[in-house]
Amino acid sequence: MASTTVGRGRPATGPARRRGMLGWFDPRGRRLGGLAFILNRLTGLGLVVYLYLHLMILSLLVQGPNAWDDFVDIALSPPFLALDVFLLTGMLIHGLNGIRVGLVGLGLVASRQKALFIAAMVIAAFVALVGALRIFGGE
Amino acid sequence: MTETVTDARTTRVVVSRRKEGDDHGALRYDTFDVAVGPRTTILDALVAIRRELDPTLTFRHSCFHASCGTCGMRVDGREGLACVTPVPAGDEVTVEPLGNLPVVSDLVVDMDAFYDDFDDAGRPLVRASETIPGAARAEGVDELERYEDCIECGICLSACPVAGSDPRYVGPAALAAAWRVVEEPRGLDPGPVVRLMDDEQAAWRCHLAWECSEACPSGVDPAAAIMRLRRSAVGARAHRLFSFGGNR
Repeated sequence: MASTTVGRGRPATGPARRRGMLGWFDPRGRRLGGLAFILNRLTGLGLVVYLYLHLMILSLLVQGPNAWDDFVDIALSPPFLALDVFLLTGMLIHGLNGIRVGLVGLGLVASRQKALFIAAMVIAAFVALVGALRIFGGE
Repeated sequence: MTETVTDARTTRVVVSRRKEGDDHGALRYDTFDVAVGPRTTILDALVAIRRELDPTLTFRHSCFHASCGTCGMRVDGREGLACVTPVPAGDEVTVEPLGNLPVVSDLVVDMDAFYDDFDDAGRPLVRASETIPGAARAEGVDELERYEDCIECGICLSACPVAGSDPRYVGPAALAAAWRVVEEPRGLDPGPVVRLMDDEQAAWRCHLAWECSEACPSGVDPAAAIMRLRRSAVGARAHRLFSFGGNR
């Protein structure tokens, strides 16, 4: 049953037990690399949601200065600032893990994926902490 | 065996069952109370179940020492070889067939597609680079050879989340085998293998969860092999680009 096209047209005797895309987010039994895989997807989806929220909020500008000023008042409230910290953390995790994925994925440092992930998360935590102090501390 | 073990305890073994003739192959879980000791493996427990409690339980095994790769399955959601996986300390353990492969019966999966992809990769078997020319040999033995690490158990494919969502993905084992062809060509031209695996459903489908390497019971490290295969593929593309369409 040799196939000439890689990975396609496989015969099957019954249904394969596949977890599907929901399995991507299942942390049970996962190790560090698997958790990094899940984290990158969650933060990626979160950033996509944020992008659309951001565009919706910008659309307030077309309603005039009062609508925008009202939003700014809300944006300066502590719960909203906490969301800013959450967003910053997500960006850091996704961006730094993305650099790790790029380096490892091209075979440049294939044997250092765990160390790179830990380093990326330490940097993310540090910058997020500094960012949180700045965000809540004001000028 | 469990009957002779001292300090035995009883654990509940929850086993995934599927028979083609039963309710159109519907999945169910059966539970068995099995006496186990500190050294009882999952395979020991399954053998005891089949011998004493349910002779219709189907599973595959051969060597009992992690060499043949036939008893790969999922134990409490994590892949392993049943012959060297101890029964966990808790009151209950769940045993399921490998994921991402068709289930033939109970804990037996159809490995045909898995092996087919190995054939595409070249399926190296003996490590020419690791013969041991100076080693002491038994009388009548001319040379000692080392086989490839991969025991073709399918555990890496089961652990891979990408294979769990894309049946067209070649999978870690075949890609690791392809890398071995590239790393150690053994007189062959690795170019065709690199070109075959330089495909969106091959080396480039991996999303770096690294679960294959973590789960591998034989130290193959398929994920690192895939990354090195990518590097070779990029190099081959660059070579083709700058040699104006040459055949490598």
